[in-house]
Amino acid sequence: MKESNHIITTENVNFYYGDFKALQDITMGFEKNRVTALIGPSGCGKSTLLRLLNRMNDLIDGTRVEGKVLFEGADIYDPRVDPVDIRRRIGMVFQKPNPFPKSIFKNVAYGPRVNGVCRKRDLDALVEKSLLQASLWNEVKDILDRSAMTLSGGQQQRLCIARALAMKPDVLLMDEPTSALDPVSTAKIEELIEELKKDYTIIIVTHNMQQAARVSDCTGFFYLGRVIEYNRTDLLFTTPEKKQTEDYITGRFG
Amino acid sequence: MKRRYLKQHLFLLTVRGSALLIALAICGFFIFIFVRGYGVISWEFITEAPRDMMTKGGIMPAIIGTLYLTLGALAVALPLGVLAAVYLSEYAKEGRLLRFIRVGIRCLAGVPSVVFGLFGLGLFVVRFGFGSSILAGSLTLGFLILPTIIGASEEALKAVPRTFREASLGLGVSKWQTTTRIVMPNALPGILTGSILSIGRAAGETAPIMFTAAAFFTASLPKSIFDEVMALPYHIYVLATAGTRIAETRPIQYGTVLVLVGLVFGINIIAILLRSRARKTKRW
Ligand SMILES: Nc1ncnc2c1ncn2[C@@H]1O[C@H](COP(=O)(O)OP(=O)(O)O)[C@@H](O)[C@H]1O
Ligand SMILES: [Mg+2]
Repeated sequence: MKESNHIITTENVNFYYGDFKALQDITMGFEKNRVTALIGPSGCGKSTLLRLLNRMNDLIDGTRVEGKVLFEGADIYDPRVDPVDIRRRIGMVFQKPNPFPKSIFKNVAYGPRVNGVCRKRDLDALVEKSLLQASLWNEVKDILDRSAMTLSGGQQQRLCIARALAMKPDVLLMDEPTSALDPVSTAKIEELIEELKKDYTIIIVTHNMQQAARVSDCTGFFYLGRVIEYNRTDLLFTTPEKKQTEDYITGRFG
Repeated sequence: MKRRYLKQHLFLLTVRGSALLIALAICGFFIFIFVRGYGVISWEFITEAPRDMMTKGGIMPAIIGTLYLTLGALAVALPLGVLAAVYLSEYAKEGRLLRFIRVGIRCLAGVPSVVFGLFGLGLFVVRFGFGSSILAGSLTLGFLILPTIIGASEEALKAVPRTFREASLGLGVSKWQTTTRIVMPNALPGILTGSILSIGRAAGETAPIMFTAAAFFTASLPKSIFDEVMALPYHIYVLATAGTRIAETRPIQYGTVLVLVGLVFGINIIAILLRSRARKTKRW
């Protein structure tokens, strides 16, 4: 892909779980305010790459990174960088909705509160804005004190998105955010992604090729820890350059 | 074929028999204590000090003393135990040091309580000069229940789903804030249950307080943590072995036993109720 408006770039990145090399020579750029989809068969390293981009892999013992991961031009694996700062700017939504067993309000307010926003008025405004952005406000505005655990799976996932948005990140990483949801909830989240890309850079892992085709601007196809093909979504799905990509998107393996 | 059936039958009989025997023994024990002790229980028995060489009056100072010692033990062991458990479950890396600490804690749990008593006597009473006092007794009992509290707390911390930690860390919240704001509050019910169970232990032990806190007899209540106190388990011991009128105090002995057993039993029931309630409200 042409050098353009990249907010995150990786340069020759290798990643190891102990001795196992899960990613090999990954060099790619992620465009600002675009949706980039990562597709590929199970175990090919999509989640690993995603978690590498905000240093969530640091939490696993015995992992090792080689190469560079640049966020706005600065290496996030530089020893002087605090991973906590990186995660504040590069938020994450997980495969299974994981709200805290707290009220809806407290879930969204949690991040800002920890970071020193404590005036009630500011918090109220921030919570409302985040829930609006996550298209959840209308459904929950009267039940903000209710436990987040009482929401449906799709609502919980949108709550998790709102919770991430409340930290005002620049990038949102989503790891198969709809794989645990029903089709209606999935459609809502896809619409939401369309909205969010105006303000955020989104990198989404998905199992579902239709989803990648529907929501993303660029798509990377991964196989056995390598990027096989990375291109504009419309081109990748209509005229794949590599045989493996074609086999995968036409459902011949995977 | 027939022999096998017979064997199986016999085995089942043995297993059932043992279970029944234990149940009977426990019931028998409670009934015995209740029948023997029930007669002396009265308002005065609970609210008055012993009189006439302990053959009359009540056991109020011992109840109060046990209360102080138990709360004191908890005040010592709870913060220390929870912090140690946080270290073990959240921060320590698997390795030789961690294994060493774990073995140490398990050994501590197996040490006979009289050894704790001697340890408390040597360190707190003599070396630190606290004398025989609530303070020395609480510290000693605190060390006694420390392994239980660490164990229960570690288990409760480990039971908090990893996804909560990930969610918090993924928001750019630091590890210690994640621990104090997400992990510990969610582990609290489990920690409290474990701690309450250990209260029962602290309330009932005699040997650790014998040399460090318990008074043979004081009619007055303690004024500071440096005072000696009477305590229920030690009072029973005294009445049954060291008094001059052992036979005459027999009913009072059983009454005291009943109060102590009732107390410990009640505390355990509360713990069990709390735990089942916490299980119901937790939905992960
Ligand atoms: N915590 C881990 N420890 C060791 N190996 C892991 C761990 N997580 C993932 N892997 C391995 O790394 C490879 C890539 O995994 P992952 O990134 O989860 O794949 P994907 O998300 O594409 O299904 C797999 O072979 C998987 O077994
Ligand atoms: Mg995955």
